[in-house]
Amino acid sequence: MTEKTIEIIEEEIIEEFSLFDSWDDKYEYIIDLGKKLPVLPSVHKIDENRVRGCQSTVWLVAERKADRVYYQADSDSVIVKGLISMLIRVLSGQRADDIIEAKLGFIQAIGMTTHLAQTRSNGLVAMVKQMKSYAMAFKLMDKSSG
Amino acid sequence: MNTDSTVLKHSTLQRKSIDVAAVRKQFPVLTREVKGHPLVYFDNAATTQKPAEVIHGLINYYSHTNANIHRGIHTLAEEATAAYEATRHLVMHFLNASSIEEIVFTRGVTESVNLVAYSWGRQQIKEGDEIIISTMEHHSNIVPWQILCEEKGAVLKVIPINDAGELLLEEYEKLLSSNTRLVSIVHVSNALGTVNPVKQIIEKAHKHGALVLVDGAQSAAHIPIDVQDLDADFFTFSGHKIYGPTGIGVLYGKKAILESMPPFQGGGEMIREVRFEKTTYNDLPYKFEAGTPNIADTVALRDAIHFIEHYGKENIAAWEDELLLYATEKLQAIPGLKIIGEAREKISLVSFVIDGIHPQDIGIMLDNRGIAVRTGHHCTQPLMNRFGIPGTIRASFAIYNTKEEIDSMIVALENAIRKLS
Repeated sequence: MTEKTIEIIEEEIIEEFSLFDSWDDKYEYIIDLGKKLPVLPSVHKIDENRVRGCQSTVWLVAERKADRVYYQADSDSVIVKGLISMLIRVLSGQRADDIIEAKLGFIQAIGMTTHLAQTRSNGLVAMVKQMKSYAMAFKLMDKSSG
Repeated sequence: MNTDSTVLKHSTLQRKSIDVAAVRKQFPVLTREVKGHPLVYFDNAATTQKPAEVIHGLINYYSHTNANIHRGIHTLAEEATAAYEATRHLVMHFLNASSIEEIVFTRGVTESVNLVAYSWGRQQIKEGDEIIISTMEHHSNIVPWQILCEEKGAVLKVIPINDAGELLLEEYEKLLSSNTRLVSIVHVSNALGTVNPVKQIIEKAHKHGALVLVDGAQSAAHIPIDVQDLDADFFTFSGHKIYGPTGIGVLYGKKAILESMPPFQGGGEMIREVRFEKTTYNDLPYKFEAGTPNIADTVALRDAIHFIEHYGKENIAAWEDELLLYATEKLQAIPGLKIIGEAREKISLVSFVIDGIHPQDIGIMLDNRGIAVRTGHHCTQPLMNRFGIPGTIRASFAIYNTKEEIDSMIVALENAIRKLS
C-alpha cells in the first residue's frame, strides 16, 4: 500500500523527466516503462474492460481493497502502456476521493499533453476518465451501503 | 511490388523536371521545425500544404474584395461574384467538363457523396435496387450508401480485392445486373495508393444502365482528369488535397442528371421564386448551392489549380513516382516491414506495417524527429479487416517532398523499430 500522495508521486515523475533533453530520450523511458508493465491476464482482456480509443486498444480493470482503489491495465501499443504505467503509479492504491479530485498536472509538466489533446490518437483521455469513473463508482457503493 | 510500369509510363512522355528546391520555397510551412527537427511532411493524402499564392489568394480576397455574391449591385459584390465564378470556369477546364452548369461547389468529397445519396438516391433508389462500392472505399463513400440502402430497402454490394490491393474486375462484372442503379467507386485508394481502372468500370456499369460516381479525393492532385473521356456521371474532389483551402470541394455531374435531381438543401441562392404556396428552384448549378457559399476558399481554389497547372500533372506525377519508387525500395530493405498495397498502378503513397509494433508507436516516434506520417485505419476499416490488420503507417508524397526527406524517415524508422522492439 502506497503512503505517498498523488501530488508527491507526480512530483517524482516530473523530476525524473527533467533529466531528459530530447523527445527521443523521454519516449525511450516511456517505452521502457511500457515493456516493464506487468502483463494483464488474458481473462481481463474482454470487451467490458476495453477503453475505446481510436488507434490503440486499452484494457483497464479496477478493484478495491479497504479504502483504496487498485488498477491494472494493458494496451497493444507499448507507448500507451508506458503512459498507463505512469497513471497506475500515480493513482493505483489511492483513496477514491483523491483519485476523483486528482488534477494530474504531471502529464502537462512532462510534455505529454499531445496525448490529452483531441487527436483521437490514443485512449489516454478516455483512460483517465475511466479510472476516475471506477473511483466514483466505488465511492457511490460506499454511500449506498453506509 | 511493381511500380516500374507507372515510372515507365511517365518517362515516355516529354516532361519537364521539377525544381523541387524552388517549389519548396513557395510553401511557408516547410520552413518550420517540429520538436527541434526540420518538418518532413508525409501526410499529403490527408491534406496537402498550401503554396504562398493560395494563402495570398485568401488574404487578398478578404483584404480587397469581400462581399456576398450574385445579388449585390455594388462593385465589391460584382468583383466577388466574378472571382467566385472564375473558379467554376477553371474547374470546368480542370476536369474537362462540358459546361459550368455541371460544376457544383460543395464542402468536399464527403458532402458531394451525401448530396448525390440524398438528392439522386432518395428520388431514384427503390426497394431491391443495388448499389455497388468496393472493399477499398473510404468511410465517406460507404456510410451515405448504407444510410440510403437502409432507408429504401436497397442492397449494397462490394467489389472484392486481391492481396496486392487491386479490384477483382471479374467479380465486379458478376455483381452487375439489371438491378444495379449506381456504382460508387474510389479512383485512387487513400490507404493503399491503388489506381482503379475507372474508365473500364464506368463502361461496364453503363452497359447495365447504372450510373457511376467517382471519388477523386486522392486522384485529382496526381492524375489528369477528363470526365468526358471517362464518361463519369459524377466525379468529386476536395480542394484541400490539391494544395487548396479546406472546406471547398467540387461535385461534377452530367447536366441532364443534375437537372433531373431535386435540391439537396433549401434556402437562399438556390431559389428562383419563393411563395408560400410553391417555390421554384434556380438553374444549375445554383440549385445545389443553398445559402452563402464558401466564397473565399472557392476563390483561392483557383490559385491552387493554377499552381498545379503551372507545373503540369504529368511532371508532378513523374517526380512523385520517383519518390514512391525510392521510398518503396528503402522500406522493403527493413526487416519485418511489410508493404500493404502493391498494386501495379499506384500513386505516390506507401502504407506499411511492422511485425510486433503498433503503427501508432511508430507514428509517435517519427513525430519526435519532425516527420509527419499518418497511422491508423485511414477511415477504411473494412479494408483493414480485409488485410487482417488494425491499421498501417502511411507516408504519402507531394510535389515538394525530397529523397533526402525519405532518407530521414528511414533513419527515424530504424531508430523507432530498434527502441520499440
